[in-house]
Amino acid sequence: MIALTVLAALLATLPLVLILGLLLKQGASSLNWAFFTAMPKPVGESGGGMANALAGTMMLIAIASAIGLPVGIGAGMYLAEHRGGRLASVVRFLSDVLNGLPSIVVGIFAWQFLVRPVKHFSALAGGIALAVMMIPLVARATEEMIRLVPNSLREAALALGYPRWRTSLTVVLRTALPGIVTGALVAVARIAGETAPLLFTAFGNQFWSTSLTQPISALPLQIFSYAISPYEEWHSLAWAGALVLLALVLVISLIARFVTRSRFGHGHD
Amino acid sequence: MATTEPQVRATDAAATAVAAPAPTALVSVRALDAFFGPTRAVRDVSLDFLEGQVTAIIGPSGCGKSTLLRCLNRMHETVVTARVEGEVRLDGKDIYDRGVNPIEVRRRIGMVFQRPTPVPTMSIRDNVTAGFRAAGSGAPSRTEQHEIAEWALRRAALWDEVKDRLNDSAMALSGGQQQRLCIARALATRPRVLLLDEPTASLDPLSTQKIEELVYELRGDVTVVIVTHNMQQAARVSDRTAFMLMGDLVEVAPTSRMFTSPADERTEAYITGRFG
Repeated sequence: MIALTVLAALLATLPLVLILGLLLKQGASSLNWAFFTAMPKPVGESGGGMANALAGTMMLIAIASAIGLPVGIGAGMYLAEHRGGRLASVVRFLSDVLNGLPSIVVGIFAWQFLVRPVKHFSALAGGIALAVMMIPLVARATEEMIRLVPNSLREAALALGYPRWRTSLTVVLRTALPGIVTGALVAVARIAGETAPLLFTAFGNQFWSTSLTQPISALPLQIFSYAISPYEEWHSLAWAGALVLLALVLVISLIARFVTRSRFGHGHD
Repeated sequence: MATTEPQVRATDAAATAVAAPAPTALVSVRALDAFFGPTRAVRDVSLDFLEGQVTAIIGPSGCGKSTLLRCLNRMHETVVTARVEGEVRLDGKDIYDRGVNPIEVRRRIGMVFQRPTPVPTMSIRDNVTAGFRAAGSGAPSRTEQHEIAEWALRRAALWDEVKDRLNDSAMALSGGQQQRLCIARALATRPRVLLLDEPTASLDPLSTQKIEELVYELRGDVTVVIVTHNMQQAARVSDRTAFMLMGDLVEVAPTSRMFTSPADERTEAYITGRFG
């Protein structure tokens, strides 16, 4: 039995090892400084990079975070402070459903409401689609972390003459903050590689753009369009892009772990 | 003492007339009922807490003593479905009157809980000044905060142990130190009344002794109400003792009399260890 579970555990991590190995083998050779700084070259010309896609991904993450973090954290605070309430139960259930929603559906939704009315693709629509994916993740993580704050601490603050809002912000939220930051980073890592919600919202762009109202490139989109192209040169760039994307997610996850670690380390200094 | 048990039936005008030697009632509870949903945890309790004295509330688990205590600074109502009926007068003014802000009440009536509750993200100094900082409209100056912290920590007999590490996390302190920190924090807002809810329940004997000595020191300046499971503790630290059973106040008397010749046979049964 133990042998079987060990085997299952190894199998569970095997794909990551294989993927990392494959990406390093296929992508590392195309990875150079130009990849991060240069714009894509037209077909036939060698070299070129994905500077626009990298910038686009950063911008989409920023838009998604600017919307998703406040809404998600606020919703999580509500869920934690009214755990038994009817509205809280409904919101909690719906956010779990939203969390399980296929990302392509989120993309279609964003297209219907944000792209179709204005008749053009935009970075804003892509960012909002990613925010929609982020909110349930952040809300549930926030709720869990706030629940870990002992009620006795909340009572102690109230007994000191703290108003409720101040108790929530400066004592409860502050105590739960490292956990919430971890949850937020996990959510960012999750959306950083999303492709489907961007297909018909951010759409992709061969040129440099930082406009909210124009189509914008993103790393996953660029990888997708390069990977399905018939050009060998572009295939290598797609591999390199995939490697960078994986590294980005890995770094964010590592930061999240570090933040968690320092939380548990607190109090033993 | 036993013979001058004041029969203060505070009329509304009595708040002004102060008889010099006999301690007056600082907190007067009248016909108090406290509920959790349909459950009546405290039943028709009327009781005076005398100024500058230590009053102990004893009784078996679930008798309503903690609930009564939490009614005195309006903490009871922070629990969902909890409700209070009756009066609690501080200096003759009902703290349950319409228009009385519970936050103001809690600043004047400090509370310390069973388990130490320092705020884990705050330093020792910031913990002590937390209530003080919340009370002021503007942020008090650094020196002002330091003065308050020193004063309160000295008051709580903790200053010598922490004066060199005021910026450290409060979580680095021992349980007993944390509890004295919580007492210092409650004292920093200069409350008239200090409520202690089984403050030594989670502490070792030595830390317990320190807290008891501290409570003894505080009498005179602060009116203390201490809920305790431990009858020896009640006997050691309090001037008067109240005994509660199943939500009723059975008896309140000077501690020396309570433990030698209780008036009610239920009190006698409890303090001689026949139940509870």
